[in-house]
Amino acid sequence: MSGAREQVGRLLALVPYIQARQEVSVDEAAAAFGVRPAQIVKDLNVLWFCGLPGLGMGDLIDVDMDAVEGEGVIRVSNADYLRRPLRLDSSEASALIVALRALRDGSSPEVRPIVDRTLGKLEAAAGDGAAVAAQVDLHLPGQDAATAALRERLATAVAERRQVRIDYYVPARDESTARVVDPLRLVTAEGNDYLDAWCHLAEDQRLFRVDRISSAEVLETPVDDHTDVRPRDLADGIFQPSEDDAQVTLLLEPQARWVAEYYPTDSTEETDGGRLRVRLRAGDPAWLVRLLLRLGDDATVEEPSEIAHAVHRSAADALANYEGGVRTMGTDPDDVKRT
Amino acid sequence: MTARKSERLLNLLITLLVSRTYVSKARIREVIEAYQDAGDEAFEKMFERDKEELRSLGIPIEVGYVDRAFEDEPGYRIERSAFELPDIDLEPEEAAVIGLAARVWQHAGLAAATSDALVKLKAAGISVDRAALDVVQPQIAAEEPAFEPFWDATRTRTAVTFDYRTSDAATATTRHLQPWGVVSYRGRWYVAGHDTDRDATRMFRLSRVQGAVRLDRTPGSYEVPPDTDLRALTSMLAPAPADRTATVLVRQGAGHGLRRHSEPAAGEAPPGWDRLRVRYAGSRGLADEVLGYGADVVVVEPDEVRDEVVGRLRSLAGSAR
Repeated sequence: MSGAREQVGRLLALVPYIQARQEVSVDEAAAAFGVRPAQIVKDLNVLWFCGLPGLGMGDLIDVDMDAVEGEGVIRVSNADYLRRPLRLDSSEASALIVALRALRDGSSPEVRPIVDRTLGKLEAAAGDGAAVAAQVDLHLPGQDAATAALRERLATAVAERRQVRIDYYVPARDESTARVVDPLRLVTAEGNDYLDAWCHLAEDQRLFRVDRISSAEVLETPVDDHTDVRPRDLADGIFQPSEDDAQVTLLLEPQARWVAEYYPTDSTEETDGGRLRVRLRAGDPAWLVRLLLRLGDDATVEEPSEIAHAVHRSAADALANYEGGVRTMGTDPDDVKRT
Repeated sequence: MTARKSERLLNLLITLLVSRTYVSKARIREVIEAYQDAGDEAFEKMFERDKEELRSLGIPIEVGYVDRAFEDEPGYRIERSAFELPDIDLEPEEAAVIGLAARVWQHAGLAAATSDALVKLKAAGISVDRAALDVVQPQIAAEEPAFEPFWDATRTRTAVTFDYRTSDAATATTRHLQPWGVVSYRGRWYVAGHDTDRDATRMFRLSRVQGAVRLDRTPGSYEVPPDTDLRALTSMLAPAPADRTATVLVRQGAGHGLRRHSEPAAGEAPPGWDRLRVRYAGSRGLADEVLGYGADVVVVEPDEVRDEVVGRLRSLAGSAR
């Protein structure tokens, strides 16, 4: 994008922005447009040379450069023909409308009508540009009544800065644990709602998937001070393997290639017959064993051998349930059919 | 240099905007200093480029005849109603909603488009305060490199060519598509459209698009069928309904995920175990899930699931690894 194009685009919004507010400080304008104050001054210097055709006396746009240099305040006059900003183009209109629809899906019954009104007004103002938004469909997490009520409770706890006691299911370890957390915020990412919180059990910041929280009790205890804890950056995805996690090498048959799409990998390498060699990091070996039990013959562990042994052992244990009957504590009524 | 060019573009824009009639090229050259100073050929080039730059900002420059009776001399103008953002009057709460919406996109290009929209709304006199509203802040990410080209192609109705690899194929095949829409489902992006090679409606998962997406030269080359229902198309992606039931034994204190879609079953369970009925859609899918729990879940019936699990366990336990 050429600098001039960008500058003209900004000026077409800056001139109505200032005129709508009579006068604006250079700093405020810079913040609103996301540029440095020096850039705003440069923009105004361009504006100073613009005006009605011929640019004769009285034709130029009047920018009070003394006020800009002196008080840092912008006043613009003689620019009546630039009182309104440019229309939203289809890219801006559709991006904003789709974002509003996402917001609508996650809003409470009280907020939803406000979002609807906003959408209506924006669609009317955008005209044709809004039509494109019909070509985008978002499926955000389903909102059943129980989940909505749970989310409501968590939102209250975030707002009131109170601790919450939750029961949380961890599929990787197939266990449900009770823990007390300091809720920081609710976010939606990769199609799921998450509670970003400080976990007193883990003594660390954790993301909890809301649909895996089976119960939540808001406590009277206020949250600890977490001003030093930054909101988690979700740009790299929810699942963020650490350098310390053990690396494994798997050889995936074509039908198991989805593993490389689902989980972050360190590297992938095509091999013969459409098979894929992947290196990935597993924070929890138990998670990996469970994955490999599911994959069966569709995946081979190349290394480390301990993982391959663990899978083998687990499979033998599970098979014993079928071939020898389930092992119980005490008597063995052998409910399971023998094969 | 930038400043001089910005000046020229803005003065051209104002000239075309304030005129009630089409402005001839000669007149444009007369009133804009930089055009006067240039030679004939340089002026023509400069003028063409400037018009394109303004158009790329979304400014509608119309072409017509200066004198309608003769249709000899072309002229240009910018129709104010097509140029200006219409009046939009937002209550403070509605403006706050816009402020929240501006933070939804986690994709650089779309996030920039929303902030540009926000700047225009602020320029229309709207104050966007981020008042506290009871809303979960959604985030829409789009990490697939193919997202932006497909989004643009959909927006401009431009046919595309791309290489696509299905989940179980090692090599990609070249596909041709007229995109109708993009869909986010379970955190992944898909494009739906008319596959011109197969003459059928198809959906493609963007993460499986390989390499660059080539956009056709001519936008607007096809129409999206008016009865297109993206939501209905997306149902192709939804899992099959879980309308079958199986009986399983689950070790107490384990199988939490499985317990979430099951209920207690009639009949005895060995001590330390629960007997549960599980709803499922396909035996392979249930077998996948059961296998993940290792020795903590045992399938009692039906045989099709039980046999699938046992067969796969034998294979795993038997193979020396």
